Amino acid sequence: MQFTGAQLIIHLLERQGVTRVAGIPGGAALPLYDALSQSRAIHHVLARHEQGAGFIAQGMARATGRAAVCMASSGPGATNLVTAIADAQLDSVPVVCITAQVPSAMIGTDAFQEVDTYGLSIPITKHNWLVRRVEDLLRIIPDAFRIAESGRPGPVWVDVPKDVLNATLDVPELPAVARPDELPEGDALQIARAAALINAAERPVLYLGGGVIAGNAADAATRLAERAGLPTTMTLMGLGAMPVDHPLSLGMLGMHGARYTNYALEEADLLIVLGARFDDRAIGKAEKFCPRAAIIHVDIDPAEHGKIRQANVALHGDVGRVLARLDAQVQSSPRRAWLARVAQLRREHPLALPGADDPRSHYGLVRAVAAALDDDAIVTTDVGQHQMWVAQAYPLRRPRQWLTSGGLGTMGFGLPAAIGAALACPGRTVVCFSGDGSLKMNIQEMDTAVEEGANVKVVLMNNQSLGLVHQQQDLFYGQRIFASDYRRHTNFQMIAAGFGMRVFDLDQADDPRAMLTEALAATGPCLIHCSIDVSQKVFPMVPPGAANTEMIGG
Amino acid sequence: MEHEAYAMPAPDTVRKVVLELAVRNHPGVMTHVCGLFARRAFNVEGILCMPVPGSDESRIWLLVFEDARLAQMIAQVEKLEDVLRVERHGADHRVFERLEEFFH
Repeated sequence: MQFTGAQLIIHLLERQGVTRVAGIPGGAALPLYDALSQSRAIHHVLARHEQGAGFIAQGMARATGRAAVCMASSGPGATNLVTAIADAQLDSVPVVCITAQVPSAMIGTDAFQEVDTYGLSIPITKHNWLVRRVEDLLRIIPDAFRIAESGRPGPVWVDVPKDVLNATLDVPELPAVARPDELPEGDALQIARAAALINAAERPVLYLGGGVIAGNAADAATRLAERAGLPTTMTLMGLGAMPVDHPLSLGMLGMHGARYTNYALEEADLLIVLGARFDDRAIGKAEKFCPRAAIIHVDIDPAEHGKIRQANVALHGDVGRVLARLDAQVQSSPRRAWLARVAQLRREHPLALPGADDPRSHYGLVRAVAAALDDDAIVTTDVGQHQMWVAQAYPLRRPRQWLTSGGLGTMGFGLPAAIGAALACPGRTVVCFSGDGSLKMNIQEMDTAVEEGANVKVVLMNNQSLGLVHQQQDLFYGQRIFASDYRRHTNFQMIAAGFGMRVFDLDQADDPRAMLTEALAATGPCLIHCSIDVSQKVFPMVPPGAANTEMIGG
Repeated sequence: MEHEAYAMPAPDTVRKVVLELAVRNHPGVMTHVCGLFARRAFNVEGILCMPVPGSDESRIWLLVFEDARLAQMIAQVEKLEDVLRVERHGADHRVFERLEEFFH
């Protein structure tokens, strides 16, 4: 069989099972797009900005757990992807990013739309390649999928010069379809030590991170908690691993966790950390986090062990495989005294959700949206106050229900990620909670959502400000509000209508719950607009740099 | 100032370590390794890289200070796809010793 480089890439994507890619064409990418136009198996989602394409791919990957593909041309096409790929790296999302490059002979000459994509992508990817010969694609494309999906998942970047896309190659035999590497199962001795620590502990807490979701180990983690009587907290990335209304759930810990959650952690004598990396937003001041606790740390990435906190038992392994063997060695325990103490903390320091009954207030809107949906719905967010309000108040109950930008904290994530999730999971309703600051960062993707008919409901919590900046200036910078309030009112309803979206304005509704129900039940994309009081804050809050027990508010 | 002297370990008193990396020989692997040390704020005192004759591997020698984060740094290096093996030697390893005469 004879292929051009571009045809070979598309064919290898097809064999990998890819049915949808997001991207934007351009000069250097023309051969790739010409080959893509001939594919009957792959649907191309035309984004309106390459960052949108990157986040559409992320939405597909986060919702399914499989590597998703985005593509762009050279120069600005590639640089526009950088934020979305960096975001995937920090949240361990498998994305295969393919960009075109200027012809090999012109590399290094400051050619039109030339940028050092390889160099730019090194620090933000799990691995990257500049393809120098067309035959290298036979190795690189399968490797890209294998690496993206193996171990701790992550983004990979393949940069292909235009002459390599155009070069022809006789391929007598295609490479095997890539499969993820075998998962490490964990050292038996360390697993036995972990079980002994759990069995001896009096006040253990189970701590679930995004690795539990990525490793499809949510049910196993919940079973361990139930068997051993473990109060269980989740990081922002781990939300959904255990239903938040499970009796053992402590909800989210950290900067905006409930007071009782952070207090319970303070009293813990053992912390069982699964697939989490001790992020500063989760643990606060590292030296003061869980000062009395021994630590068991299970992670598939050995470099996470000892990076922030030294564990008493550091277990390198896939969290699901480790749990499968740990479970049998952990004694069943009702742990009455500790659970009674946790219940007391919960009664004395509950999560306060003021206005939860008012669908036109921040918490109330989150609750009203949840009440109109079932657990099949997917929830994405942008970044800021609304993100934390949703994390606190939405009843997340299953893995991959919750897609949010955790590590990089990228405003503009929510809408394109929702489009990707909606396209990858056509039966589901996808709600994107956003703020007015965040929505403006990728608002052009409304066009993509309408063109694709993606079932995305944008719930805009509009306080006409960069709310979390506003909040911190108010609390920590002498109320000097600067550059965080928009002086002009933006007519989002008109913008959305201009892109062809249906618009529901809760500000104008006689019965906001009825309007929400109608909006969420209709098929296709829509904007649900609601004004929010700018003085509302995310509480409790651990001031940046403080210990988790030093919360204010709430 | 006294506290500055305390914060900046004097090279004579801190132990040094030589790391030997076997890497895939292709353009870009040096950037991967050096960039990793730089962005994780881990100082590299000396670096040497040559292809291994008759193979598709190169060898990179790194002279670094032994501090509490070295194990973490080695774990990060081992994650690089193009790094095949990492070996740790004492500072008395001769590879840098014999180069010193070129730096006087």
